[in-house]
Amino acid sequence: MGLPIECWNLRKTYDGKVEAVRGLSLRIETGECFGLLGPNGAGKTTTIEILEGLLAPTSGEVRIFDQTWGENPRQLRQWIGISLQETRLSEKLTVRETIELFASFYDEPRSAVDVLEDLQLTEKSNSWVGKLSGGQKQRLAVATALVGNPRILFLDEPTTGLDPQSRRQLWEIVRTFQKKGGTVLLTTHYMDEAERLCDRLAIVDHGVIIAEGTPSDLIDRLGGHHVVEFQAGAPNGNGASSASGDLLAQTLDGWRSLPGVEAVRREDNTICLNVREPHLTIPALLEAVNGQGHRLEHLSTRQASLEDVFVQLTGRHLRGE
Amino acid sequence: MTVETTTPQIPQSEQPRQSAPQPAPRSSRWAGYRYLLWVRLLELKREPEIIFWVFGFPLLLSLGLGLAFRNKPADQNSVAVVAGPNAAQIAASLGGSSSGKPSPLRPAVMERGAALKAFRLGKFDVVVEQKADGAYWYYYDPSRPESMLARLLTMDALEANAGRTDKLPVINSPSSAPGSRYIDFLIPGLIGMNLMNSGMWGVGFALVDMRQRKLLKRFVATPMRRSDFLMAVMSSRLILMVIEVGLLLIFGMLVFHMPVAGSLWTLALVGGIAAIAFGGLGLLTACRAQKVESASGLINLVMMPMWIFSGVFFSYEHFPAAAHPFIKVLPLTALNDALRAVILEGASLPSQSVRLLILALWGGISFVLALKWFRWT
Repeated sequence: MGLPIECWNLRKTYDGKVEAVRGLSLRIETGECFGLLGPNGAGKTTTIEILEGLLAPTSGEVRIFDQTWGENPRQLRQWIGISLQETRLSEKLTVRETIELFASFYDEPRSAVDVLEDLQLTEKSNSWVGKLSGGQKQRLAVATALVGNPRILFLDEPTTGLDPQSRRQLWEIVRTFQKKGGTVLLTTHYMDEAERLCDRLAIVDHGVIIAEGTPSDLIDRLGGHHVVEFQAGAPNGNGASSASGDLLAQTLDGWRSLPGVEAVRREDNTICLNVREPHLTIPALLEAVNGQGHRLEHLSTRQASLEDVFVQLTGRHLRGE
Repeated sequence: MTVETTTPQIPQSEQPRQSAPQPAPRSSRWAGYRYLLWVRLLELKREPEIIFWVFGFPLLLSLGLGLAFRNKPADQNSVAVVAGPNAAQIAASLGGSSSGKPSPLRPAVMERGAALKAFRLGKFDVVVEQKADGAYWYYYDPSRPESMLARLLTMDALEANAGRTDKLPVINSPSSAPGSRYIDFLIPGLIGMNLMNSGMWGVGFALVDMRQRKLLKRFVATPMRRSDFLMAVMSSRLILMVIEVGLLLIFGMLVFHMPVAGSLWTLALVGGIAAIAFGGLGLLTACRAQKVESASGLINLVMMPMWIFSGVFFSYEHFPAAAHPFIKVLPLTALNDALRAVILEGASLPSQSVRLLILALWGGISFVLALKWFRWT
């Protein structure tokens, strides 16, 4: 049996104009949790719906366990479970009735009781769907995907709009599914979700993959796992005015040459340094600021994140600001 | 499968367990169909508004219209009797009831001048005065039918009162027997209109709503057979049809003593074909709409001509004869005509084959086109 998900050169053009996906290839291994990370409108949903067989690509090829959607759609549907970005399930059915309805579509479903237990919905099993909280509704959506006993789970933005606790509950559900040998493909625009949940991920922007690898690989490519951010102002105490920002911008190359610095970028008045060894960089930085006659107004260090990777690759943040 | 008739309870934790069929470890071929049908009926049952519009509203409508157009006594004609020696006696003989039936005349005694003035204002249909020589003087307007009628009735009453004997034997048969009244015409029309409404809304609106909620897309992302889904939608229409038609029929029979001349099996078959035909039309109307608002507009657009032309509330014979061929090929016209023939005249199924064929063609063609154009996403 082939890989759970493979695709080559996917392209999708809407109405002959809008190119949502522009040549995208993926190989996802059995038991992997693979993430498509990117901002809204990057083409993630189009891509996942093509892989799910809900959209036909304009060109390119998809194989699920070495079968195409054209050859054997019903068999493929038995193997996969899907949670769409936005489905409003019938509000006047109970949780249990909803699960049993979806179970009835599959040849070998799991028992509704077990699925409800796994997704911590047992207490709510006789409640109407309309009475559930956002997190419970999202768990129910995932439950409808899991009740068919799938080999692959597709989740499109599974935790968008959920509170932190509900997000962690969903992550736990995904990990449990993965531990049992399942393969997961999810889309997200949350870097923390991608970082904690995904074994590998592809950063998608404007319909193409701009970077692919494990989260730590991608962060490694920044050159340093630490980020040092600072603002500096003129010595007369006028604060971090835009004038001083310009001054600092002119000397970006100067900051780049400090010891341990791998990359430099500027956001508004803040200079961000990607740093391999902060204990070497920071003393040198302080010295340099003093030497130029500037005053340090703000200094912080943190671990580098996928957000930094995305910003470095595109010059933009994941969440539009 | 059974549909429990308990009303759903709002407190979530206390809801009674529904006796849904338990999924077997391995689902049977028809599990999907059975569950889809089951949840459709459950959802309907839990939607009080739908229950009202499908079942309650037609009953109220037939009750209201039946009462409004019930067979009330014919209007009385008013007679002014000019004051004179015998005026009171004349008035009494005109207003008196004969053989238990109320008099068709409503007499009033007044002065001559006042009587003529009131006549000109239309308050009286005729003025009668006994002259000094005993002759009866009638003042009336030959161009007003009620005036002519009032004069004849007054003359007839006075003559009869004076001891006239009729030369010709007479047998009167007033027509107010069940089967030929307005309510008898109305109820089959309401049954037809109801079948159209619930077919169009129950299928068309429901599908667009599910499409808008992305539920259709979610369903086709499972191994669900699309044919099972559509069959479940149509089956639920058939089940509801039996209830809708049955309720209105029983209501008509109990409240208005409407006779049902035809066989119930014929009626069920006509209803079934109609439910499927309008379901197909609903499916076609809804095959591409993405928003329930646009679907509502489309559904009303399709139904509007039939509300007007298909003879629900009054006979389409009132429209010019040239329009009749077009009116008769509308599905609701065919249905209403067939329902009236079966319910009121006891027509057999074969005698209605042309009308049923019209319905079946509308349904069949709609179905084929709908399946061709239907959007699941």
